[in-house]
Parts: sequence; C-alpha cells; structure tokens
Amino acid sequence: MRPQEIVERTLAAAAHLHGCAVVVQESSEAVLRWANSTMTTNGHTTSGRVTVIAMVAVEGGTAAGVVSSSVAVTDPAQLADLVRAAEASARDAGPAQDAMPLPDPSETDPTWDDPAAETSIGVYGTFAEGLAEVLAGPQRQYGFASHELATTWLGTSAGVRRRWVQPTGSVELNAKTPDLSGSAWVGASTADFTDVDVVDLAAQAARRLDWGKRKVTLPAGRYETLLPPSAVSDLMIYLAWSMEGRPAQEGRSALSGPDGTRVGERLTGLPLTLACDPAAPGLAYEPFLTTTRSGDGVSVFDNGAPTRRVDWVREGVIAELGWSRAEAAEFGTTFTPPGDNLLLTGGSDASLEEMAGRTGRGLLLTCLWYIRLVDPASLLLTGLTRDGVYLVEDGEVVGEVDHNFRFNHSPLDVLRSATEVGATERTLPREWKDWFTRAAMPPVRVPDFTMSSVSLGR
Amino acid sequence: MPDLDPVFAGLPLTALADAALSRARDLGAQHADLRVERIVTQSVDLRDGRVTGVADDVTVGLAVRVIVDGVWGFASHGDLTPSRAAATAERAVAVARTLAPVAVERVERADEPVHVAEWVSAYDVDPFTVPTREKVELLTEWSHRLLASDGVDHVQAGVAQVRENKFYADLTGTRTTQQRVRISPTFTATSVDRGAGAFETMSTLAPPVGRGWEYLTGTGWDWDAELAQVPELLAEKTKSPSVQAGPYDLVIDPTNLWLTIHESVGHATEYDRAIGYEAAYAGSSFATPDLLGTLRYGSEHMHVTGDRTQPHGLATVGYDDDGVATSTFDLVRDGVLVGYQLDRTFAPRLGLERSNGCAFADSPHHVPIQRMANVSLQPDPVRDTSTAELIAGVERGIYVVGDKSWSIDMQRYNFQFTGQRFFRIENGELAGQLRDVAYQATTTDFWGSLDAVGGPSTWVLHGAMNCGKAQPGQVAAVSHGCPSARFRGVAVLNTQEEGS
Repeated sequence: MRPQEIVERTLAAAAHLHGCAVVVQESSEAVLRWANSTMTTNGHTTSGRVTVIAMVAVEGGTAAGVVSSSVAVTDPAQLADLVRAAEASARDAGPAQDAMPLPDPSETDPTWDDPAAETSIGVYGTFAEGLAEVLAGPQRQYGFASHELATTWLGTSAGVRRRWVQPTGSVELNAKTPDLSGSAWVGASTADFTDVDVVDLAAQAARRLDWGKRKVTLPAGRYETLLPPSAVSDLMIYLAWSMEGRPAQEGRSALSGPDGTRVGERLTGLPLTLACDPAAPGLAYEPFLTTTRSGDGVSVFDNGAPTRRVDWVREGVIAELGWSRAEAAEFGTTFTPPGDNLLLTGGSDASLEEMAGRTGRGLLLTCLWYIRLVDPASLLLTGLTRDGVYLVEDGEVVGEVDHNFRFNHSPLDVLRSATEVGATERTLPREWKDWFTRAAMPPVRVPDFTMSSVSLGR
Repeated sequence: MPDLDPVFAGLPLTALADAALSRARDLGAQHADLRVERIVTQSVDLRDGRVTGVADDVTVGLAVRVIVDGVWGFASHGDLTPSRAAATAERAVAVARTLAPVAVERVERADEPVHVAEWVSAYDVDPFTVPTREKVELLTEWSHRLLASDGVDHVQAGVAQVRENKFYADLTGTRTTQQRVRISPTFTATSVDRGAGAFETMSTLAPPVGRGWEYLTGTGWDWDAELAQVPELLAEKTKSPSVQAGPYDLVIDPTNLWLTIHESVGHATEYDRAIGYEAAYAGSSFATPDLLGTLRYGSEHMHVTGDRTQPHGLATVGYDDDGVATSTFDLVRDGVLVGYQLDRTFAPRLGLERSNGCAFADSPHHVPIQRMANVSLQPDPVRDTSTAELIAGVERGIYVVGDKSWSIDMQRYNFQFTGQRFFRIENGELAGQLRDVAYQATTTDFWGSLDAVGGPSTWVLHGAMNCGKAQPGQVAAVSHGCPSARFRGVAVLNTQEEGS
C-alpha cells in the first residue's frame, strides 16, 4: 500500500477519536565497512514503519497512545488494528500533561504524492574505486561508509500532510601504521557521496601519521588545547541535549538558575552562537516537527508544527531552551522545537592550521571518545582523546603524544574559557554521529583543558 | 516452558527459508542463512506520577546473509513473502559480488552440527499479556510513594519490555525457532535544593533481567523495601561530605561492579575487537591474541566466565545467530587471559573447531556480529565470604553501590566510574555516605589489586539493555553476574574538583 494511502486510511479509521497523527517512514541504507584493509560487513537494507498516535478524550483531559509497526501493510484492516491499539493505549495511559490541539497545516506540500527515495550500493560507485586504492596502500585501514535515504510522511487529523526526504551519509577513515603504533582518523558527512574524495581523506590521515614519527610523553594536567571541529561538536551536542526547559525550570539541570532557568546568562565575551536551523545549507532537516514520543521539550501533540531556527546560545548568552507547546503554555514561554543539526558560529576566519601556527605550546587533538556525563549539575563530562594528540610548540607540530588522555571538562566551561574560535566548517561528530550527524563547528582554543589522567589506549 | 508467540509461529517461516536459501544457492552462494525476526517492545514512562508516554512497537523483517567466493553479502527487507525473500537473497549475493574486488581476505567458518530446535527463555508472565493500565497503576503507585517522602521533589519511573522471536535457517539444514523476554523497570528520585542551586538523584539498583512481569510483583527483587529505603538514603546523600581525592581501598557491590566487568573485561575479550574489526568505532583491545594464555589480567582471585546459558541472563539464548548451540567458557582463569568470545568466523583463527556461540544481530536489518555473552566474575569457590566481612578488612576505604556514569578508552585500559551511593569505611565499618566520588584506574592495575571476592551468597546478576557496538550501530542486552569484591589502593577523584 502506498504511504499516502496508509495515512488517509488510518486517519479515516481514527475519525471517531479526538485527534490522530500518522507517521509513515521508509528507509533505505547502504553500508560499507572495512578493517585490516579488507571489507568486513557490508549490506543494503530497506525498512518501513507506520506509527499511529491516537489522541483520545478521557476523564480529566486528553490522552495519547503511540503504536508503531514495521509489518508491511497489505490490508486496510491492519491499519484499523493499529488505531484500536493506539486508542486502547491512550485510555490506559490517562490524561496527558502535554495535551494540546494538533497544529493546523501551515502550507501545502507539493511533494506529498512523491514516492520514497531509495539508495543502493551503487551510491559508492566512484567512492569504491578510491577506496580500493586506499586499501591497497601502505597503511592499515579501518573504516565505515554509510548512506541512508529516509522518507517521512506525516498526516494529522488537523489536516497536515507533509513529506520529507532526509539524506544522511558519512565516511570515517581510521589509518594505522603497519605496526599499529600510530593511529589517525578523519571523517566527513555528506548527503550523496559525490563530494567525498576518499583518497584525499586518506592523505590527510597519512599526514597525521607522519606527525607521529616523533613521539613525546606528557603527564596528565591542564593544557592549552586546540579542539578541532569534530571534538567541539561532540561536546556541544551534549550541551544541546541538556537544553530542555522543564528540568532547568524545576532546578534539576545545569541550565537551572537560582530563580528559574539561566536564560540570559552570559557564558563568554566571544560572539558565539550555538543554534539548530532546519534551513542550514547542506545540513537541512525537516521543516515540520515529527515525533513519536513525548518527553521534556517534545510532545506528540506538536506533530506538524513548523520547526525553526533556535539559538540555544546567542552572541555568547544563553538564549533559548527547549519547550513543547504545552510546556510553553505551562511556564509562560515560547514553543521551542528540537532540532536535528547543530551549528556553532561567531568565530574568526582562522583555520585550525592557522590557530596551531599561533600556538606557543599546546595540544592539538583529533577527536574525543566515550564521552559521558559525570555531574549533571555542572554538565561535567568525562571521555578520552582518540587517534592522535599532537604537541604544538612555536607554531609547529613537533610530535605526537605517545598515549591518550582522559579528560574531565564541561562544555559550558569550553564556551566560558575559550580564548580563540576559528572558522566554522561542516564536520562529523566522532562519537555521536549515529544520533547527530549534521554539524558545523569551528576549532576552539581552550587555555586549561583538564587532562585528568593518562590512557595507554592507542 | 512458555509457549511461542502464536503470531510468530504462524508466519510462513519454512516457505521463506526455502525461497531465500534456494535462490542464494542457485546464484552460487557457498553459505546462506535466513533470519526472520519479530521484536515486540513497549515502554511506559511517568514523570512525577503522571504518564509522559506509552509506546508500543513491532519490528518484523527477514535477513539473508551469504558467502560468495569467500566474500560476505547481506540484505534485508520488511516484507515477509517468499518472493521478497528470494529477491533479498539476490540482493545479498549482488552485494557480495560488488565488493569482491576490494575484499582481500576470504571468509572461513568453523563447522557446527545441524540443529533443529525450539527454545524459549525462562519467565512466568509474558509482560505483553498484562494490561497497560495495570502497569501504569503500579508505576503511579511507586511514584506517589516516593513523592510522599520528605526531600523527594521529582520522580521518574518507567518500564521497558521486549519479546524477541527469531527463526534461523541455513543451507546445512539447521532450523531454530526461539523466543526471549526481557524487562527493565526503573525509577529515579530527585531532591532539589533551590537555595543552594543544587540537586541530587538516586535510582533503583534493580537490574534489567530476562524475566517477565513477575519481576515487578515480587520475584527477583524486593521493590517495597527499596522504595522505602531510597528517600532516606537520598536525604542522607544530600547532606553528606564531599570525598577527599586520593587512593582508597574499595569494596564494590555487584550493583556497581557488573558495569566495570562489562567495560574492562567483557568488551576487552571480544575477539573481533582484539583483531581490529571494531578499531575505527567501538575500539580494539589491549588483550590481543598473542597474549592468550600469558597476559596477567588480574590477581589469582579473578575467574571470569562467558556464557549464554545463565537463567534470566539478558544474553542467554539457545542458539546464536550463526546457528551455534550456546555454552559456558572461561575468559580469565586464576587471573590469566585464557579465552575470547567468538563467532564461527573467528573460532578457526584461534585453532578452535567450534564457535562458543556469540553471534548476534539486534534486528532483522542488521548483520550478525560477535556480541557479548553474559560475562561474569565467579565468587569465592571455597568460602562464602560476606560483603560485611570484606568491609571489615578495610581500614580506610569506600563501599561503592549502584552504577551511574561510565567511560573507558578504545583499548579498554583507562576507565572512570561513578555510582549511586558511596559509603565511607572506617576501621572496617560503614561510616555514612560520601558525595562526588569517581574511581579511575587502568584495567590490569585494577584487577591486579583485587584481593578478595565475596562468596556465592553475594553473587548477583546485573546487566544492561543497551550495550552499543558496530556500524551501523547495534544494541544488545547482556547480563553480568558478580560477587562483592575488594580492591586495594584505587585512585578516587573528587568530581567537583575535576570540574572546577
């Protein structure tokens, strides 16, 4: 059954309810993976899912129940079953705290009737040729390339009919010296792989392996540190995940202030802006909200609401927190939808290389790994450097630290203490790319990044 | 044994297998296997005694994996029809052929006897037969009990449930049909001190388990006792002193130690990691195969096993996703590395004739990889030493209870853990709680400092529903059993000082 027909038949089956939203998703993904310079697990998958969100009038308000299924729809009776199950779930749940009327349609979607977009292993045509060349090279190569096209149709009983195709692609190259004593990483995000030059990426990794020919040993401590865009993105993503308004308002978040939230507090004198923007060139996401769960800052009752640019931090000042429409009404603030990209801007035009060139003595990182929250009150994170920590002296990389470091540092403190921020560029978050692939970040100089201990991991 | 889900049992499993496997064979595959999966999940979540979400989901699909001229190919689809199964087999073969030019190594696999079997995990009440209203009422009652206590300002409660059905068939004739149930109840109480700009939380210590709804009604965990205890412990924690950083002797409760085992032993003894298959993502391991039989992993008190057979274990299953009958095996014996977790591809590389059954895919749309067994520290086989006796042997130390924050490097050397509750030990006795504690160590130093393990009466099975690995990312549930254990001279950080 066509997705559009699934939406209409489901809404018809739910006509007796207070409201209903239907989300149909079809996803197609082609992946390549390699290790020890040979291919390991590769594949092409196709999957689909129908989610029915039933809004039901119950004693004390309106309830919501969410039921989803990846079973292929061949019979309209399946859809009626889903509606019945979602309705029953809603009645069992009782009145929802986030109940609101579903948003009215804001515009007509000219692509509504279009089919699902589909990728294939063929998307790697030119890339695969380059990869063969890289795998035949002198370094040991490890890595992963993924391309997904996910098509979403959203229909609601309020009349919303929207379709969106989300391309998500990434490639990571981890090159190691033949004796495994050196390791370097480069990554890139892409919409279609036409802009990925894997041979060039491998050359970048090889350059870093060359830096590692001279090894230095450094103790744990606080170092002036150059965080490259990937490392900055993984730290800022954690901050973005902490921007929900309700926990801040209720005193249980790092964004809580003495009398409410910390909106309005200046973090830095640098004009830095941390934002999500559905219209960001090359990093676009759905211009309308689609969600199959409610929680802090997000509500199933908001399905179909327009998304918008949100400045979490604007010109160095905490500016907005995430609020569903119901929370916005409860706390007297503005509906602030979540986003699916993250942009940090406001730095200079300097590249990472130029910033390294101005460094007297400091560490140049490659990326961060295994980042976890230690203290939610301060947003203290721990994690490790990975695949290359380089010592910069008098503007030159003079060698690679022969180990990694465990760090303990808060992304709030990264913004507070940054002394230099460079040019924003599209980057791939090493750790969180599976959940947050679309990011544009600058390199950042932090004068006192806390390297808590030495890790022997390479 | 509980019955198989009739919806799954009613699927055309044989027809799908025949269609996929015959097409793969006709196209030249030397190996082909088909998995058909149906995974049913439900989550119920409450905040401050009110439902924030009830979500039910069903995932179904079929996956075909082939080896063509020594190269893997994989494809999957959501449609469960014989024609789609055959087409998916064609696509898997096409993937293998497309990538053959860049595949340097050729796949070899260990043999396995043919199995035709049905297997269902151990549970009493299928949680999907319990009305959702009953679940909401129970969690609401828990929440209100906590909220009624002084000092508890907010409560989050929830329960996640999974029923996983899996059919496996391959060209040798193996055909297995299996069903597993697992459940994860949670609650967290939060105390807010607005004046001080501070807040503190405390969560249940109850682990996710391979049990049914009976787990929430008294089998396997004493919820009433814990619900009564948490507000008092939380109130004490908010007033407790901040730890002074430095080396301490630690007595670590199974509610915390399981996670340290998971990260520093479980992942480090995965063979795919040890030979670099995860090097670009989850990471590799310091415990490389050349050290097998000689690496001093820890003290002589350290005996760690892997198994997929422990009753109620989250990784427990009858047959893995390579069609291998599961078993129990040693990983670290007398403190020395002696084994790895394997699948059929890796067993021959160690000269073994059979895999120990650790292949797993978390969905029909993912390829099976080597995943973690239940990796468990064994208790003292001679004496049933109690936790109190372990504490009695500490002059100045900390008793660590419950897991919270965790992080370890990509070769599993350097880790840092926090916990739910930290109790100061003075002259062999508990002396109130501490705050802001994290312990940090290098794996072999830490396990080398193990000077005593508790007896069988302290051994508890804990675990996680959400262990991540591989690209595309896969999530697996896994349990870890362990006794209380004592470690000497472990570095303890003050997390407030680290962040200031």
